Amino acid sequence: MYVATKGGEQAIANAHALLAEDRRGDPTVPEITPAQIREQLRLGIDRVMAEGSLYDPDLAALALKQARGDQVEAIFLLRAYRTTLPRLGYSEPVATPEMRVHRRISATFKEIAGGQILGPTFDYTQRLLDPSLAETGEIADAPAAGQGVAHPLPRVADTIGREGLLEPDAAEQDDGPIADLTREPLRFPADRAMRLQALARGDEGFLLSMGYSTQRGYARNHPFAGEIRMGEVAVEMVAPELGFAIDIADICVTECDMVNQFKGSKTELPQFTRGYGLVFGYGERKAMAMALVDRSLRAEELGEEITAPPQDPEFVLYHCDNVEASGFVQHLKLPHHVDFQSELHVVRGMRAEAEKALAESPFKEAAE
Amino acid sequence: MTADGYNFGYLDEQTKRMIRRAILKGVAIPGYQVPFGSREMPLPYGWGTGGIQITAAVIGPGDTLKVIDQGADDTTNAVSIRNFFVRMCDVATTERTAEASIIQTRHRIPERKLAPGQILVYQVPIPEPLRWLEPRETETRKMHALREYGVMHVKLYEDISVKGRVSTAYDYPVLVNGRYIMRPSPIPKFDTPKMHRMAALQLFGAGREKRIYAVPPYTDVVPLDFEDHPFTIETWDQACALCGATTSFLDEVILDDRGRRMFVCSDTDFCQERREAGHRGDGGPNPLEEAAE
Repeated sequence: MYVATKGGEQAIANAHALLAEDRRGDPTVPEITPAQIREQLRLGIDRVMAEGSLYDPDLAALALKQARGDQVEAIFLLRAYRTTLPRLGYSEPVATPEMRVHRRISATFKEIAGGQILGPTFDYTQRLLDPSLAETGEIADAPAAGQGVAHPLPRVADTIGREGLLEPDAAEQDDGPIADLTREPLRFPADRAMRLQALARGDEGFLLSMGYSTQRGYARNHPFAGEIRMGEVAVEMVAPELGFAIDIADICVTECDMVNQFKGSKTELPQFTRGYGLVFGYGERKAMAMALVDRSLRAEELGEEITAPPQDPEFVLYHCDNVEASGFVQHLKLPHHVDFQSELHVVRGMRAEAEKALAESPFKEAAE
Repeated sequence: MTADGYNFGYLDEQTKRMIRRAILKGVAIPGYQVPFGSREMPLPYGWGTGGIQITAAVIGPGDTLKVIDQGADDTTNAVSIRNFFVRMCDVATTERTAEASIIQTRHRIPERKLAPGQILVYQVPIPEPLRWLEPRETETRKMHALREYGVMHVKLYEDISVKGRVSTAYDYPVLVNGRYIMRPSPIPKFDTPKMHRMAALQLFGAGREKRIYAVPPYTDVVPLDFEDHPFTIETWDQACALCGATTSFLDEVILDDRGRRMFVCSDTDFCQERREAGHRGDGGPNPLEEAAE
């Protein structure tokens, strides 16, 4: 005889024990430490911190270990943890012109003041698997990073901006209060500050595809990489008891200033417009994709015709968060048998009616 | 603080206060979706984060919590959510509907009539009843503000004219307090009438969509229908094979690959109580008899 299933509790405990065992893998291979992950899988850490909206390399390393290397799962772990942290206050805006630069390039000018600085990039490497990395060993000394780099390095956009060819920085245009996406729900119309917050923590893969589609003719907006820079910036906070800003941390960020064509309008001369990307850590692909999508989301503001998803704030912003998307897609694994039972009732009822109608139909014989 | 060093209910006090304010606004405007600063919770979005945040905001050390999914206390996600609150609040839990002060649910309303003072917390995946008709939030908020619900009636009418019946089987749209159209969360139609003038407070949390709404006790909740096509609920030819109940929502349980099945109460506590009171069903098809044939 059927007995109502019990034992969900035991099944869960067993599954988690299995997970722990699988996470460890072959016990004859030494266990990986969060410090190793932090130092040697740094770009993985950077993505987890960026989309997890929490700058803490040690916790990100722990999350990646716990998540068995699954980035979205690690991002989720970090987000769930940051929920428990009280909001003590807001920092001053970080000054990226003051950045201690490790990398800084521009595609719009051959030479730029301060120079093109390649830094630790994958660019121009030939993507050939390197068998020497299968072994551990010493590496050759690299020239000291940042050596000979001027400080501060002026932003390329400011050079173009002087001629009025480029629209002013958004920060110079808008000094209203800035909403906080981590404390308030997204609402529409969402202003640019809110949109940028959502994009900064948005899924890299989603933004990459959205940005890519704008390059292939959907909401095309002719981008040039005005400047990409990566390095450390100081985070400053005004302590109320002191009355002035103090340094509380140095963080690594990647910034992308995309320069895009703008045909001009009845009231404005043709000029270049901006798309902006900024992410925690060294996340160049994400920063560039973010800048493309930021620019396409400005379609309404710039009076452009809206024809494609990357120009639609509700479409992009409601779907770019991978913690939300991953949870909701995977909730389909949860039992739905009550709803399914109700659907069965409806479908069975409709079929029965249709069969009855067919049986009673005067055209039945002719049809046969 | 809990043993793990987390605040009571996981969320910090400021966040809980923010959620309580949203709940109070929801209670004051029955059926209205209140936007709130939903937080990432340690369970995934879509797995009950809205309900969990509401429960975390209203629960106190003296509460007794019951958590069900599909009507049952022992479904995996219900177990997981119950364990979360035991860990984060160290509160008493129960499987008895009558003994619970807070019942968090996914997809069902208990069969037993709820009493004054009890709180029923629903987990809501999509809070917007007009969403399948209009994907844009900016539009649907306007439609609610203007009480522009024509599209919903047209949808129901089209169902009837094309399929001979309203094809919505669960999450059936209701009108709350004569003002707002509301999604009751994906409960079967069978449960919808239980919401009408319920003695308990009904709270709805949609974490991913960042909305909270509420139905205060004894509020009118009326499913949308037409005079000549009145709202109907599911009925079964069978009784529960375990307790013999003929008035409960029944789960269809597949017994083998020959299509043999039996029907049992979806509400495990209701079924258990009836069996304890001596009620018996027919036990369903007997596999031994089949084998002997």
